Amino acid sequence: MTGPAARDEVLARIRTALGNSAPGGRAPDADPVPRTYRTSGELGAAELLELLAERLRDYGCTVRRTAPGQLMTAIGEALDRRAARRVVVPPGLGLTGLPAGTEIVADEGLSPAALDAVDGIITSAAVAIAETGTIVLDGSPGQGRRALSLVPDYHLCLVQASQVVALVPEALARLDPGRPLTWISGPSATSDIELDRVQGVHGPRTLEVILVEPEQAGQPGTPAPAS
Amino acid sequence: MSTFLGIPTAPRGVGHLRGDEPFPVAARKALANTQLRRNLGKATSTIRAKRAAVVAELPDWEELREAGRAIKAHTMRHLGHYLTELESQVTARGGTVHWARDAIEANRIVTDLVKATGADEVVKVKSIVTDEIGLNDALAGAGIRACETDLAELIVQLGRDRPSHILVPAIHRNRAEIRDIFLREMGGVDPELTDTPAALTEAARLHLRRAFLSARVGISGANFAVAETGTLVVLESEGNGRMCLTLPETLITVMGIEKVVPAWRDLDVFMQLLPRSSTGERMNPYTSMWTGVTPGDGPQSFHLVLLDNGRTAALADETGRQALHCIRCSACLNVCPVYERTGGHAYGSVYPGPIGAVLSPQLTGVEDNASLPYASSLCGACYDACPVKIDIPSLLVHLRARHVEETARAHRVASPEAVTMAAASWVMASPARWAAAQSASRLGRALGRGGRIRRLPPPLSAWTAARDAPEPPRQTFREWWRKERGSRP
Repeated sequence: MTGPAARDEVLARIRTALGNSAPGGRAPDADPVPRTYRTSGELGAAELLELLAERLRDYGCTVRRTAPGQLMTAIGEALDRRAARRVVVPPGLGLTGLPAGTEIVADEGLSPAALDAVDGIITSAAVAIAETGTIVLDGSPGQGRRALSLVPDYHLCLVQASQVVALVPEALARLDPGRPLTWISGPSATSDIELDRVQGVHGPRTLEVILVEPEQAGQPGTPAPAS
Repeated sequence: MSTFLGIPTAPRGVGHLRGDEPFPVAARKALANTQLRRNLGKATSTIRAKRAAVVAELPDWEELREAGRAIKAHTMRHLGHYLTELESQVTARGGTVHWARDAIEANRIVTDLVKATGADEVVKVKSIVTDEIGLNDALAGAGIRACETDLAELIVQLGRDRPSHILVPAIHRNRAEIRDIFLREMGGVDPELTDTPAALTEAARLHLRRAFLSARVGISGANFAVAETGTLVVLESEGNGRMCLTLPETLITVMGIEKVVPAWRDLDVFMQLLPRSSTGERMNPYTSMWTGVTPGDGPQSFHLVLLDNGRTAALADETGRQALHCIRCSACLNVCPVYERTGGHAYGSVYPGPIGAVLSPQLTGVEDNASLPYASSLCGACYDACPVKIDIPSLLVHLRARHVEETARAHRVASPEAVTMAAASWVMASPARWAAAQSASRLGRALGRGGRIRRLPPPLSAWTAARDAPEPPRQTFREWWRKERGSRP
């Protein structure tokens, strides 16, 4: 830690620069920011999920839509297609009945090298933003610590319809800033060479999302009534 | 080192805020590099189109810009308050906050922190502020290797080169050049490596994987720091940021004091403005937000270094302070006709383009970057593109005036600009003198070719060194009026 000298001097410079003298500067006035931007979306539930799916696909994600009753089948298909045999499943995800031949790897403090050796990771999500095609993880028991969804090359993310909001401000209002948050909008990518987009750099090169829609909203993939 | 209201600017001899030569000299060299101009033209036009498309999608873009401007202006007026609030929130959540008056102090703090861990290598997220202070050189001086992990920063580091763009630092390199750099510098690269961006990216992935998985110390900058909650925010694309912010035991974040924002809900605004303005995406692939230390998840030791290095000097200039509102999106670079032709190196500072032309001179003191406020045609495209509505053209004019005044004060003689303006004022004050001067200007026609004058004699040659002057007309307006109407206007 630096001594108090640097801190005091920087704060004194700020007071000099602003021409006021109270320590730490004057107490701020009430929020003077015009917040006339949109803070809630206008889409119905079905359109919201449709938009999220479209925006995720636009980033190169595979998106599956399913009802809770068919969730295990959908996960099985996804793992099968990927040929993922050894997958990390956080303890809080509560998945039972993964396809035969799938080895569930528990996170008992797996080293980065051990994580690098598994075929994939399955997590839940905290919230998803339709307009930007974003999934946010917050380190809840269904997601585990941040390294789990980072080092393995394949991330299968389960998003519940109730977690989907339209806009960025709606997502922020739902999130707890005290938790470690990871916002994911498609697989890792770079455009650093001649602005040519290359998908898949250091994060999982494949991101797959299963959208879980309530049964009463109709058959998977068909429009649900607005709520 | 100069002072403004007695507040020191960024010290000389450390970091990368000053070029070796003035902008017009450096620009002339860049303009002669046709490869560079082709790369820049392609890159900037691609990003411009992407940005325009995603900005047009949002019906409330102008409301977001206005909110962004207001948040930043409010923050600057209460900067001390929000910094101390940030400090207490980060500390309460298990982080340690350090204050650095300048680059030298920040480098010493970070170097000491790394040394204390016993590590001799650090992994770095792309961070302009650590480049501003020359951190990698300072670490190298202490025997610590800094490994840049952003693909473009890696290309720049391996090529012993300088970044030339805020967002895409290797924008000046094409694929063939990058392949050559990788083959020469990376070690263990397949000699059959092709120059497709996918193959080059894969080579970088393999090269960096070992560094990530064994890293003990990560170093980052910050896009935002929320005072209310103590939350740090880093936006990125490749996942190298997540690797550096998550896997090491120790994380050191260096941020300029102007990056603090008051409240969590201010991210409503910036998480929409920044990705769309910067990469032209609805959202960048990855954003990490963390608050202090989370037991069992990520680095268990977190240090935040708050850096001044000339920022309080900029704050002291009530007009110039706007430059501190910048969120480093680089939209102003991509729309600037000057940047598009010269590229970033000509600006000499880690902050190039229009925003660099108003920020760098304020951080260093105007006399150390005196040519930058003139590196613009004042076309105003940067103002329109800026997501927080920084009035860059007005700032450029303001800094030109400051330069003229400070030069006059320093030399105790009138500057050429002051002499010229005084003469113009004397001429324009009298109709007779004005008419005589206009008639005399006709002599200038002798210098013209095709309506343009490409070179005037000294001292006016200073004007035509960087631009053509129009040929004066055969007849002045007054002469035409007298001929047509037969009387004085």
